[in-house]
Order: sequence, then structure tokens, then C-alpha cells
Amino acid sequence: MANYHGELFSMLQSCFGPTRDPNMRLALVAVLLLFVQFIRAQVEATSVDFESQTITIALAQEPPQLNGMKATDAVSIQILSHLMEGLVRYDRRGNIVPGVAERWEMNDEGATFWLRDNAKWSDGKPVTAHDFVFAWQNALDPATASEYAFILYPLKNGELINRGELDPSELGVVAVDDRTLRIEFDRPTGYFVKLTAFTTYFPVRRDFFESRGDRFAAEPDDLLYNGPFRMTQWTHSASLRMVKNENYWDKDSITLNAINADYITADTRARLNLFIDGKIVHTRLDGETYKDALTQKFRIRRFTTGSIFFLEYNHRPDRVTRNLNLRRAIQHVFDTNEMVNKVLATPGNLPGESLFPVWLNGVEDKFRREYPAKKVELDIIKARAYLAAARDELGISSIPPLVLLVSDSPTAAKQAEYMQGLLKARLNLDIKIDVQTFKQRLAKMTAGDFDIVGAGWGPDFDDVMTFGDLFASWNLNNRGRYNNPEYDRLVKVAMNSSVPRIRMDAMGELQDILFDDAVILPQYEQGVIYLMHPKLKGVVRRVIGSDPDYTRARVVK
Amino acid sequence: MLQYTLKRLLAGVVTVWFIATATFIAMHMVPGDPLMNDKAVSAEIRKNLEQKYGLDKSVPQQYVIFLGNMLKGDFGISFTQQNRRVNDIIRDHFPVSATLGILAILFAATGGVLWGALTALYRNRTPDIVIMFLVILGISVPSFVFAALGQLLLVNINSFVGRSVIPVAGWGTILHMLMPSLVLGLGTMALLTRLMRSSMLEVINEDYIKTARAKGLSPVRIFFKHQLRNAILPVITILGPQIAAITTGGFVVELVFAIPGLGRYFVQAVQQLDYTVIMGTTVFYGAFLVLMVIIVDILYGFIDPRVRLQ
Amino acid sequence: MTDATFTPGTEDFVHVDSNVSVEQISRPSLSYWQDAWIRLKKNTRAIISLYIVLALAFFTLPGPLIWQVDPTLQDLNQISQSPSWPKNAVLVGPYSHWNGVTIPSFPVEPEEYAESVEPVTGLRPYEKPTTQQVRLIWDPAKGAAGYNIYRNQRPPENFNDLGLPLGTTYGGNEVSYEDRLSLESRPYYYSIVPTDGYDEYETYTVLNVTPQMTITVTEAVDRGLIPVDDGLQVGREIQLEFHPFGTDYLGRDMLARLMQGARVSLFIGIVAPFIYVIIGIIYGGTAGYFGGRLDAFLMRFADFVVALPFLLFMILFKIAFGIGPGESGVLPMLLALILLLWPATARLVRGQVLQIREKGYIEAARLLGAKPYYLILRHIIPNTMGVILVTLTFAVPAAIFTEAFLSFIGMGVAPPTPSWGSMCNEGVKTMLSHPHELIFPAVFISITVLAFNLLGDGLTEALDSRMRSRE
Repeated sequence: MANYHGELFSMLQSCFGPTRDPNMRLALVAVLLLFVQFIRAQVEATSVDFESQTITIALAQEPPQLNGMKATDAVSIQILSHLMEGLVRYDRRGNIVPGVAERWEMNDEGATFWLRDNAKWSDGKPVTAHDFVFAWQNALDPATASEYAFILYPLKNGELINRGELDPSELGVVAVDDRTLRIEFDRPTGYFVKLTAFTTYFPVRRDFFESRGDRFAAEPDDLLYNGPFRMTQWTHSASLRMVKNENYWDKDSITLNAINADYITADTRARLNLFIDGKIVHTRLDGETYKDALTQKFRIRRFTTGSIFFLEYNHRPDRVTRNLNLRRAIQHVFDTNEMVNKVLATPGNLPGESLFPVWLNGVEDKFRREYPAKKVELDIIKARAYLAAARDELGISSIPPLVLLVSDSPTAAKQAEYMQGLLKARLNLDIKIDVQTFKQRLAKMTAGDFDIVGAGWGPDFDDVMTFGDLFASWNLNNRGRYNNPEYDRLVKVAMNSSVPRIRMDAMGELQDILFDDAVILPQYEQGVIYLMHPKLKGVVRRVIGSDPDYTRARVVK
Repeated sequence: MLQYTLKRLLAGVVTVWFIATATFIAMHMVPGDPLMNDKAVSAEIRKNLEQKYGLDKSVPQQYVIFLGNMLKGDFGISFTQQNRRVNDIIRDHFPVSATLGILAILFAATGGVLWGALTALYRNRTPDIVIMFLVILGISVPSFVFAALGQLLLVNINSFVGRSVIPVAGWGTILHMLMPSLVLGLGTMALLTRLMRSSMLEVINEDYIKTARAKGLSPVRIFFKHQLRNAILPVITILGPQIAAITTGGFVVELVFAIPGLGRYFVQAVQQLDYTVIMGTTVFYGAFLVLMVIIVDILYGFIDPRVRLQ
Repeated sequence: MTDATFTPGTEDFVHVDSNVSVEQISRPSLSYWQDAWIRLKKNTRAIISLYIVLALAFFTLPGPLIWQVDPTLQDLNQISQSPSWPKNAVLVGPYSHWNGVTIPSFPVEPEEYAESVEPVTGLRPYEKPTTQQVRLIWDPAKGAAGYNIYRNQRPPENFNDLGLPLGTTYGGNEVSYEDRLSLESRPYYYSIVPTDGYDEYETYTVLNVTPQMTITVTEAVDRGLIPVDDGLQVGREIQLEFHPFGTDYLGRDMLARLMQGARVSLFIGIVAPFIYVIIGIIYGGTAGYFGGRLDAFLMRFADFVVALPFLLFMILFKIAFGIGPGESGVLPMLLALILLLWPATARLVRGQVLQIREKGYIEAARLLGAKPYYLILRHIIPNTMGVILVTLTFAVPAAIFTEAFLSFIGMGVAPPTPSWGSMCNEGVKTMLSHPHELIFPAVFISITVLAFNLLGDGLTEALDSRMRSRE
């Protein structure tokens, strides 16, 4: 076998032969030096730069829709909130402050907004009331098919226009002049001003929109910006860059000069690695990556996102879950604290005790403080009694296996397995876990092809109604088809009144119905933990709207 | 040769047509559609959306329209990213996946042939055992583990050096491409090593090798001119489809390393039931695969003259 | 020089009997397969692989009878435990709500905003800390309008290293916190940081606490650790369940799950590759041997199958096979795997066949009158064994991981039934913090692959004619 050694050696020799030649060696050294310089050049890029006030972030996905009238996902909304501004905006502490509008007045019939005269688009032209009228008409136009059109329904004729029964020009919004916007309500909407901070209410200039046609919001040049930043570069699925908008009326309060979203990936571990490598300023941690972050001695921060996760029952007449005692049985064995502390096991999550999360405002204080949710007493004996009653009422000797529909995300599967183990151990109930990918799950939910479904809801606007009307019988998002006339009545009371006390009382009663009727099983209020670069100050985390919000952040030394 | 190529190209077009049709049918048979979303919309809006995207027509009608557009080379607009045309998506992202894929194949091919030959030459001795152990590890561990470990290695290298010398994610320079293509090529490299090994082992014992050695040819010459050329045929066989598989299957690597490739679109399109992107990427990949196979089959003839193709 | 010529005469010859056997066959005549079998039995690698296969079979079949732990039982007191000896726990009563400590005489917010605040003093446990809850109280700090509580698993080195942000109290006089977040019996370092209601002051106070391992009486009774709750149990120490291989992210015993997962994974990992390799051999052999139009058609069909979008068709299969929600669709998945993975083998075999059919001995055999069937089976296939065995080796992990991927989308095994592949999928998330969740299933998969690899090597050495000459 010795000759095989020889083979190898001679093979290697033939590769490195040329380095005997001194000229060749010189060339190699030169290449090596160039390479080192090349590597050195990479070193310069870091996530924050004080001199230039630039930061680098990562996005979780490529923003699918930068047309504000149609955007629905969190990434698009976040980007849009940096590029545009509505009539009002939220400040650091979560209060409404003037945006494009300088001041406003509101009563039960409508509102009037007076726009400032130095609000400009990125091409220098002023932002006028006509831009708002056009944007809102367009968003409600059924041809636009905006999924968030419902948020404009408080406007007079909004819903009718969206249903195609009226022409968009009939919308009860008028630009009295370039600086004055007069709005008529469909019904009294006390929280209307807060709504105008949302993306769907942002202005759009008619001539620009029509000039771009189908290509509106396709590339950086296909958008006009009236916000603190404007987009300069967009390489789809790769990067997106924004620079300070010199035409923004409040540009003096904006310290950052550039925000570079140079990485787009949904993988939390990859983003953590980027953060460790000093390439991005922020990343979210999940149940597994936070342990790695701990070993790196980073500052971990906590934030409750404001979304609520629950199990939704199928209330249709052909399902066993329509039986109240069955639902009560489950209600009395599920310990939300165990789920939050042992199963989810990350800080920031709060126990799920109600459909209404803790951050919602009531009349003067938080809603949940003024209207405390009823608490369930965990009692396995009682639960089993309820189960026996359910069996009797349904006329069956044993409850058949219940189908729990979940999405194919790993966290959903983990929670479902926990529920399965729990219900089997405490109630001897069999649960079959039905894992479905996104669209198939939606199809099944719409068709009602489930007994229980793992669901969640995030707020669209800052008022109890965003959660309250979820289980009204007319709401299409009420996938379990819960139908309770008393519930519907209370929702209508809250919708049609503008007196806070009346509205909140109605919602408080509604909360009790949700508990007594075990309409859903609240599991937890979602919290996240995240890392933020210590030299970046002034970043705001929000429950509604742009999150995280870098508009008024600054890099310190 | 020319006639053969033309025949193959024609058969390829027919194959692609079959692929498109089967996928179209399957896509419409799966429950759900691109317009469904978390927040339900009213029936009127849904009707409008269906009209706008042509989903209100019957499936056979939609198929005919699709065929017509496909012949014109127009795959329509994506449902999930309504501002992008499918052709643009493919045009923007395929080169990235292709670059990644080619680099990965280069790694895999050079590595595979080299290690495979080594294990065959040193059969049952230390290099063989070590390399085979690594091969087994390489195929027993799923690719996302390697991707995560690879990225972690880069992070550790950077922190050891004190500065960020190799980017841990992203795309743009050659340094960005090193680790992802390595990770992507690992599976194929293991496969090629194994193939090369068994193939070389057969060839080594052939009579003509003995003859050549008896004739006094140098071992290197024997290796390159006789052993390699005969043993490499299975490697070539697998290489064509593997190239196609790697360019499509880069999903995990693209996700972990934040690479704007077509693999992510391919997978997400199915999850989102984005009809136009599914059809566009499937047809494109189908054509790519068919082309690769044709090239490989033609290469056969050149490498092994004994192989006659009718 | 001698004289001459030798002229043979009749006496120089002896008549040889025709029934004297000249040639004697000293060993019985063996066919190709018999010879191969003998070689295989002697081959070291094949023997090792046999032992491995036996070990795996033992693990799968009688294993669960010996280790009778329910793989679906969730032991939430021991989540993600690494392999260790059995632990003890003290019995405690049920959890009772704690209202915390609020000092009424202390202001909720200070009169005026303070530039800096002194670190909090008097940080101490309210009662003995256990794994059920850790209750902390401290003295209020002048100027504070609230406090943030952090927890770390080692002493904090600086203000950025305080660890996990557990919670916040809203008021300078709210000076207590209860921690229940996945407590284990290990040292924890709690830090309290005063705030002005929004932002933190840069001081902190640390307390070292090691909670005692406890379990509630109800839970212990539920799980059969103690016979009955007679009210005298609180305070007793009992031994918790033993998990030799540790537990997973829901506290389920790894060993039991590995055993249960073995059934599915080994079944899929062995049966599926065998079937589709055989299909591939037949398909590829036919295409390669007959060539021409048949070859072209068969190969184009193989290309067609490969180019179809895998995920889409899997979803379709799932529906077409009518797998009910939450049911294990192992057979349909097997079918799906086979239907979509055979082309690779077919192509490889065809390539080899193309090479071999031009060889001399094939032509010779054909001239002697051999039928195609005989040629393929007796001459060509044995010579493609090398390639076939390689694909077989690779098919095993491919099948196992494809099955894991399919479980994600709802095909394959339904939760809570595990399979090695899906255990790998879950283990990779906690790869760095709890590596045992990934390592164990990955090792088992590696062993299976190793067994096949060695078997393949052994078979090659036994079967391949060319290898035989290297005695």
C-alpha cells in the first residue's frame, strides 16, 4: 500500500509546486494582504453609530404591503409608522399628541381637525385635508378590498360605502379648505381621535397615487412620505433603508439620521446571533434563546404586547362543546398560572383571566381595576361533577374525543400538548390535536370544522371595543358562532353610546357573561422579552401601532 | 447529438407542462385560498377580491387563463406581496439561490470526490474510518442543526478575534456566502463521499487498473485518467438533480442566514397558498430541473463513451 | 553428448483407467448467493451491524415492558431535566394566594422627582423559598415610585447583567414580589432596582436564594407518589420519579419517549427505504436496460415526480387519505414518502445499468441465449449493488427526517406520540441550554444509520464480484 502514500504526496506536490517560484510567492503574499484589508473593511459596520446617528435593525419578514390603506401585518405597519404620520400620534408615554393636525374638536356628531401649515410631503408639497379625504374614501372603496376598512366604519356612510351600497364620494368627511377637515360620525365614537393614529387613517395624495397606478408602494419612489423618515432603498427580502425626512414638520425633534433594516429573517436564533455580533440593535427573545442571551450578559427587557391568547369553543348546535357544563368542567381544571409559569416559562406573560387584557383603559383607571374579572376556583371534584352533568344533558355515556385545532407553529404545538395532557389527567377527556398549516387552519375555522381552536387576538385600536365585539353574533371573527342576544345587546350599547360610564359598565357585564358562560378559555396575555442596544435610548414599545418605534430614538456616546 | 438534444428539449417542455398542470390541480384541491386571513372580511369585500384576482371563475377556466399567461411568460402578481410581480420575484431572488447553490455544489463535489477517493484508497485504515464516521454524523444530524451550529461558530470566531470578521448573516460579499454554502452542501457532500467510495472500490479492482499499473503508469495518472473518470459516473448522475434540489431546498439555510433567496418564497408560498407564486416558482424550478437532467445525460456520453444514448 | 534418440516402446506406457478421477472438487459447489451468504456471515462489519440491529430491536419491543413509564405523562416539576439521579421533594399544601406587602404610610410616588435613589435595603425572603413560590420583601427606598425585579442564575457582575426581568411593582410602597416562574432547586440571584415609575435608577440590590424542591400533596396523590392524602403528609420528604435520560420541555420522560419513538422511526426508517429502493431498482433497471423510448418516457416521468412541490402534495395526500384530525396517519405517510422519494434511486440505478450493459460479459450472455429478465437479475443488478446500498444508507435518515417534517404539518404521528425526528426538531430549540433533548434522539438516529451503513459495507464485500478477488 505504500504506493498510495506516494500517490497522495505527488498529488499534493503538483498542487503546491508553483510556490517554489519567487514571483508566485510574491503574488500570493499580495493577495493575502488584500484579503486582510478586505476583512478589515467589514469590521467597520456596527449596529449603532454616534457620529452619523445611524442604527441597523433586522425585520422579521419582508413587508408585504406598504400601501397604508391595505397594510395589515405588524412589519408593514411598523415601517409605515416611521415613514408617514396621521392626524395625531402617540408620544412616549402613550398619550395622544398632535401630528399633522394641530388641534381638534370632537362631539357626539363628529369632529373637526385643523391641520398645521408646515406639514409637508417629501416632495415639498403641503399635506392638505384633501389628502385625508382621498385616503379614507379609497380605503373604504370595495374595489380596494382593504381588510382594515372596518376601522373606518365610525365615519358616516363608511360601512355602506364598503358594502358597495354607496359611492365613496358620499363619505361623511369633507375638506372644508386645505387646512380644515370636518368629519361626521355614524354613531358617537368617543375614542375616534385615537383611531386616527392608525395606519389606515394616514393621508395619501391623489395625484401621486393615480400617477403610480398599480405600482403604488412597490418601490421607494412609488411612495410619498410625510413622516419622520423616508425610504431610500428597498431590496426585497434583503434590506430596506430609511433616512431622516428633511420635509417633516417636526424634524428638529428627530435625532436619528438613518435606520437601516439590513437583515430580514424570521429565525429568532439568527437575530440573536446578529445581536451578539453587534450587527443589529434589537431582537426579540423566545423561550429558548433567552437562556443564551443570559450567558452573554446582555440586558434583557420585558414588554407585554397586549395580545391575548385563548381557546375558542365551537358553539354550533352539532358540537358537544355547545354544552355549558362541559365548558365549565374545563374551566375548573385549567390553571392559567401553571401555563404561564411552567409551560410558557418566559417572563412578561400574564395569567389569562379575561378576554380584556390589563392594559385597557376604563373610565378613569384601568378597565380591569374598575371591573375586576371573576376568578375561577380550581376544583377537580366540581369539575368532574360538571362533566357528569354534561354527559347527562348530551345523553351520551362518555364524551367523544375533542378536536383541538392548532397552527403549525412550535409554540402552538407545545401548548396544545400541555392541554391534552392536562385534560386527560384531570378529567379523563381525550383530545386529538389537529395540526394545520395557516390557510388550512383558516379554512377549517371558517367552516367550523373543530371543537376547540387555539386562537389569539391583538388589539386594532385603543379601546375596549376592539376586544368587546369579538363574540357578537354578526362578527365574522367569531369563528365558534357564539350567539347570545344579551351579549349582542351589550355590544350595541357600548357602540352607540359616548358616555364612558355607560360603555364601560356594558363591557363589564359582558366580561361577566364571558366568564359565566365559559364562552372561551383565556390562557394568557402575551409578553415578550427582548434585547436593546444599551447606547440606543428613546425607543418606544407599543401595544398598538408601530412597535418598536424608533422615530424619536437617539444614539448616545 | 443535436438531434438527441432537440428531442430531449421537446420532451422537457412536455414534462414542464405536466408539472404545471398537476400542481395547478393540486393547488386548487387543497382547502383554503390566498384570500383568507386572520381577520375575516365581509362577504362583499371577498366577492370583490375574488373578482379582482379571477378566483370567481371555475377552475378549468382559471387553468386556461393561466396557460395563456404562462405562454406569454407572465405569471401574474403575488397574492401576499401585492406590489410585486412573480416574474420580478423570480428574477430578483433566483440568482441568489443559484449562487448559493453553485457554491454549495462546488464544496460538495470537490469534498465528496476527494474524501470518497481517500476512503477508497485507504480502505479500512484510519482515514477511512474517520471520514466514514463524519459522513454518518453528517447525514444523521438534520440540516437545521448544522445551520444553527455553523452560525454559532461564526459568532464565536468573531468574539474570539474581538471584532466581527466574518458576517454571521446577510448577503452581499463572498464572506457572507462561505458558511451558508458550506452548510447547504454538507448533505450532498456526505452522499457524494459515500457514492465515490463505493464506486472507486469497484474500479480499483478492475483489471485495466492492474494492467495500467503493470505498465508502469504513475499513480497520479492512474487516478485521474482511469479511476476518477470511471468512478465518477454515479456522482454525475446525482449531481444534476442535486443542483436543482439544493437551489430549491435552501429554505432552512436562507432562513437562518437571512439570505434573500427563492427557497423561502417557494415554501412560504405553499403555506400562504399564494397561487401565483406557487405556479411561477414550480414551473420555473421544473424547467430548471429538466434542464439540469438533460445536461447531465449529455455529459454522460462525454465521460463514458461506452454509454450509448438512443 | 549422449547417444541419441529415445524410442518409446509399449512397456513405457501404462494404461490409464478412465474412471480415475483427475480432478477432485474438494468443496461443495456454491451458487453466487450461497457464497455471498457465507462471506456475509464472516464479515466483521456485518456482524457488528447485526448486534446493533438486535440492540435496537430489544430497545423497541421488549423495552417498554421493562421501563414502564407513560411517555405522555407531564411532570411539570421536572421540566427539561438533564439525566440525573432521582430527586427528593418535600410535600407542601396547595398554593394559597398572597396579597403581597404594601406599606400604607409610604408614598406611592415621591413629592418631587429624585435625581438618584439609594439602593434598596432589607431585601429578604418573606418565608422559606420553595419551588412553588419565592416571596420577597424589602424596605421601601426614598424617592422610588416603583421597583423592577430581576433574577439571574449567577451573581450579577454589573447593571446590565441582572438577568431575567421578572416583573414590576407600581408604587414606592409596593415592596413585595412573588416569583413562580419555572423555579428549580438551584441558586438564584434576585436583584431589586428602584424606578421613577417609568425609568430605572442605576442601583441594585442582590439576594441569593435557593428554593427547596417541593411538590404539592394533590399533585403527589395524582401521580401516585403517595397513596392518599390523609392530612398528615405535609412536611414529609418523598422521592420524585426517576428519569434516567432526563425529561423534555413538558416534563415527559425521555427514555420512554425514545422507546415509543423508536417504533415509528424504525418502522418508517426501515420499511420506507426498502420499498422505494426496490421500486427504484425495478424502475431504473428497466429504463436503463431497455433504453430507447421506454427509457425516455420512464425518466421523464421520474423528473415530473421530483419537480412537484413537496409540501403542497403532502397536504393534498393528507386530505386525500382522509386522515382524521389528530389521528396518526402512518400508513398514508409511508405511501406518500415512497411515492415521492423513489426517483433518486431509479436514476442512480439507471446510470449504472447504462454503464454495465455495454460490458463484454453481458453481450456474451445474451449471445448464449439469456433472456432480459435473467440478465437483469443475475448479472446487472448484482453489479449495481454498490450504488444501491449507498442509497439505502442515505434513505434511512432521509425517511426519518421527512417524517419529522411531515409531523409538523399534521401528517405522520399525531401529538403526543413522539418520533425520533420530531424529538430532534424540538430538541434543536434548546440545543445550547438543554442539549440532552437533541443529543439522545440524534444519537439513536446515528446508530440506526451506522447499522445500515455497516450492513451495506458488509453486503458490498460479500456480494460484489470484484471485491472477492481481494482475498
